Amino acid sequence: MVAQPRVLNYDSLPDHVKHCEYAVRGELYRAATERVAAGKEVIFTNVGNPHGLGQKPITFIRQVFALVSAPFLLEHPDVHRIFPRDVIARAKAYMKAAPGGIGAYSDSKGLPIVRQEFADFLQRRDGFGSDIDNIFLTNGASEAVRLGLTAMLRGPQDGILVPIPQYPLYSAAIELLSGSMVGYYLHEESGWSLDFEELERAVRDAKRQGVRVRGMVFINPGNPTGQCLSRQDLEGLVKFAYKHKLVLMADEVYQDNIYQTVRPFVSARHVALSMGAPYAQGLELATFHTASKGVYGECGFRGGVMELLNFDERVADELYKLASINLSPNVPGQVILGLMVNGPRPGDESYAQYAREKQDLLDSLRRRARAITDAFNSCEGIVCQETEGAMYSFPKITLPPAAMAAAKAAGKSPDVFYCLKLLETTGISTVPGSGFKQRDGTFHFRTTILPPESKFQDIIQRFLAFHSAFMAEYKGSTGHGTGARARL
Amino acid sequence: MEAIFSSIGLRRFLHRPAGRAPKWSKETVNQDVLNASYAVRGPVLDLAMKMEERLRSGESLPFKEMIYCNIGNPQSLQQKPLTFVRQVLSLVTNPLLLEKHSDLFPSDAVARAQKYLGAHPMGAYSNSQGIKTVREEVAAFIGKRDQTFSPDPDAIFLINGASEGVRYGLQSLLRPRLAGYHDGVLVPIPQYPLYSALTTLLNGELVPYYLREEEGWTLEVGDLEEALKQARARGVTVRGLVVINPGNPTGQLLSRANMEKIIEFCVRENLVLMADEVYQTNIYVDDRGFLSFRKVAVDMGLPPDAGPEEQGMNEKHLQLVSFHSVSKGFMGECGLRGGYMELFGIPPGVKAQLYKLASISLCSNTIGQVVTGLMVHPPEEGSPSFPTYEGERTATLTSLRRRAQKLTAGLGNLEGVSVQPSTGAMYSFPRLSLPPAFHAEAVKQGTKADELYCIRLVEATGIVVVPGSGFGQVDGSWHFRTTFLPPEDKMDSVMERLGKFHKELLDAYRG
Repeated sequence: MVAQPRVLNYDSLPDHVKHCEYAVRGELYRAATERVAAGKEVIFTNVGNPHGLGQKPITFIRQVFALVSAPFLLEHPDVHRIFPRDVIARAKAYMKAAPGGIGAYSDSKGLPIVRQEFADFLQRRDGFGSDIDNIFLTNGASEAVRLGLTAMLRGPQDGILVPIPQYPLYSAAIELLSGSMVGYYLHEESGWSLDFEELERAVRDAKRQGVRVRGMVFINPGNPTGQCLSRQDLEGLVKFAYKHKLVLMADEVYQDNIYQTVRPFVSARHVALSMGAPYAQGLELATFHTASKGVYGECGFRGGVMELLNFDERVADELYKLASINLSPNVPGQVILGLMVNGPRPGDESYAQYAREKQDLLDSLRRRARAITDAFNSCEGIVCQETEGAMYSFPKITLPPAAMAAAKAAGKSPDVFYCLKLLETTGISTVPGSGFKQRDGTFHFRTTILPPESKFQDIIQRFLAFHSAFMAEYKGSTGHGTGARARL
Repeated sequence: MEAIFSSIGLRRFLHRPAGRAPKWSKETVNQDVLNASYAVRGPVLDLAMKMEERLRSGESLPFKEMIYCNIGNPQSLQQKPLTFVRQVLSLVTNPLLLEKHSDLFPSDAVARAQKYLGAHPMGAYSNSQGIKTVREEVAAFIGKRDQTFSPDPDAIFLINGASEGVRYGLQSLLRPRLAGYHDGVLVPIPQYPLYSALTTLLNGELVPYYLREEEGWTLEVGDLEEALKQARARGVTVRGLVVINPGNPTGQLLSRANMEKIIEFCVRENLVLMADEVYQTNIYVDDRGFLSFRKVAVDMGLPPDAGPEEQGMNEKHLQLVSFHSVSKGFMGECGLRGGYMELFGIPPGVKAQLYKLASISLCSNTIGQVVTGLMVHPPEEGSPSFPTYEGERTATLTSLRRRAQKLTAGLGNLEGVSVQPSTGAMYSFPRLSLPPAFHAEAVKQGTKADELYCIRLVEATGIVVVPGSGFGQVDGSWHFRTTFLPPEDKMDSVMERLGKFHKELLDAYRG
């Protein structure tokens, strides 16, 4: 019998499956997991996964959820002793609105009660409300992004503008959908700022290559870059997208992670609607949000949302159809999202604790952002922009020639080489900059600011020691700058 | 500076002038999206939802409430969740309950919650294949169910419902039309329309094989071979075979002999077998139990390991992906989106790519993962929660069985309706013989006959079912799918209203 290759073998996989990459759980992560399997310590700073690093959930959210998942608790005689009144009331409201409970498929766009909570949240946040028909709840914002891109990309002649550096969901999803990713470079030296000339350049080059740009993604606050956009930036984006007839995709999942007051969060939606005609009625804008980030960090629940502004009704219908193929987004995630956007108000029994938990977390994140930025900037060969928002630091490393040569000899890109050495020496697991794309010839890595404060200083010290030694090895000097060491 | 990334390359497509994109309108939506359809939520349901609105606003209609028989969504029709499952869920999500009020819960629920929390905090992303502790439970379950060795937990992926796993599988099997491939998948007719929707969306070719209605919706390998031959003659590279067992919408259960022949067919013709087994605990006959394709394969001596990539496939090697879900059975936890897929005979290089696909969404929802663990590893005999668990399980299953029988009998009594017995799953798929005048009316309205029937049924009775054309049927035959999930105390009323409507319709069009 002549042997034949298996049907499903590596070679016969679609190219776009093989080529797409998601570095957050790529080579470095695999190396880190092997370390764990070998019983060695690893500090996972590769992904924005707060609870995975010991962050505690917001009490109110989990209390309501416990009641919603086990409604018989509501009948228990002691329920008022265990749960605050407002928690019980919220749980009852959800049970009333979803009589099948969390175990029934909801509408494919999600429970109307939660969509209304999100619409009300938009009204409060932006001064402009929304209709629940324009709101889709999804398994994480990632699923909503995928939904939108599926309908936009007909082939490689369709392109999406994506910032460089970017969160690799975008490159991976575009690849899988056989579209073209059209990169626009952010300007690192001025804090990863937006450059409108660069945007125009990107569109021009795409056109020259036969790519029709149909949409534009921007991430605010940025991931991995951490910059916050100004109102002026956003007005520029609105005008740019409208002028070039692009669907604007606003990834705003880190809107609650803001660590400075010069550029508070302003939503694209608010700006577009405030600008009046023609933008308020004419710009097609998709807004994304999630319960995974902010101070809630409920990543595991996969609670995401997308709002469509000025979309063709029949396009929205097609998106609804796409959503319905998976029947419904997971209902627990929907409830968590609802609780996130509609929390206790001043005067409610749970409010004081809720507000304090949120504020404490935000303050802690701000301190950690400061500490890590200062630490990186104190190192020779490292320049790190401010983490104005989000959860990451994305320092630029300049490696000595000997290190570059060693990387080449090892068959690794210099940033991968550096990150692997960092992992082997300290157990700190990061993601090389190539996973996010970066300007040719520059090298970065992304770390989160999420390890607990109690361990943060230790981690920083470990890194500094590693970097000193690395530079010494490859440069033959002490390799450490004269800047003061960062302190919390 | 080169900042445009596309693996397919643009050269072939220069004939389309680039320029300012037209507005995103229905005309400019990806054609594959437009072509995809998912009938379970189609025009009949849209009408039903509008009528429900009217009822809610106080309007008087010929009926007081809608009865949704269109979708396998048990808990929306008053089926209660299992007590143990929800106890554990409340404990794992609210650590304060566990710390301070564990006295409110049975000790085994507390222990289980502690075990899961010790493995993983609910709010964190898990491993992209799912929490290892749960995968170990799934592996142990599979070994016990099949009375064989257990699979490697790393051959298991925990997913947001079985549907997500099906998508990963098809995405990896169907190569892009744009790159010159013409790949297809064999899909049963009638089928659960997830398969047709996804195949269309992925621009693959759906290669139908017809189940034999008069023989109880059996699957004959001869029919598979014929379908395959015809597809190949059309230039289609058929890559996989979907089998739904127990069937949806058809409810049939395959015999071991049948399954052996199917497996041999897949091995012979180089097809990946995709076994949708989500209804494996919904079986309503006593003389037969559920047999998984994995069990049959193992009994035939086929190995679960694929071996190194370079090793060619010899005569005896099956590639199988099996799917299970928490949405059906007696748990009915549809909203929690829990399930798993198990790889058998799949090479590591392919598995790595499936892992990568899963990792792009980071992980499936952790609640669904925990509930999958609870499904495969329920309270054991002798544990405090066992009596309640066992009582709930038996009550739900016997009730489903009674309703299945009642529905089948009731439908069979209607004039012009023939129905196969529902051996398993949750549906009945009766065949309608309608008067010529009714068909003429349908043609006049530009609607399919079964769709018109279902629309009239909603309007007259509030009962919502799905037209057979949504699932596929032999040309010229007409069916509808109904669940038997309405609560038992409503079944008699449902059957009565349906019977009355049917008779009146026939009378009106008898001509």
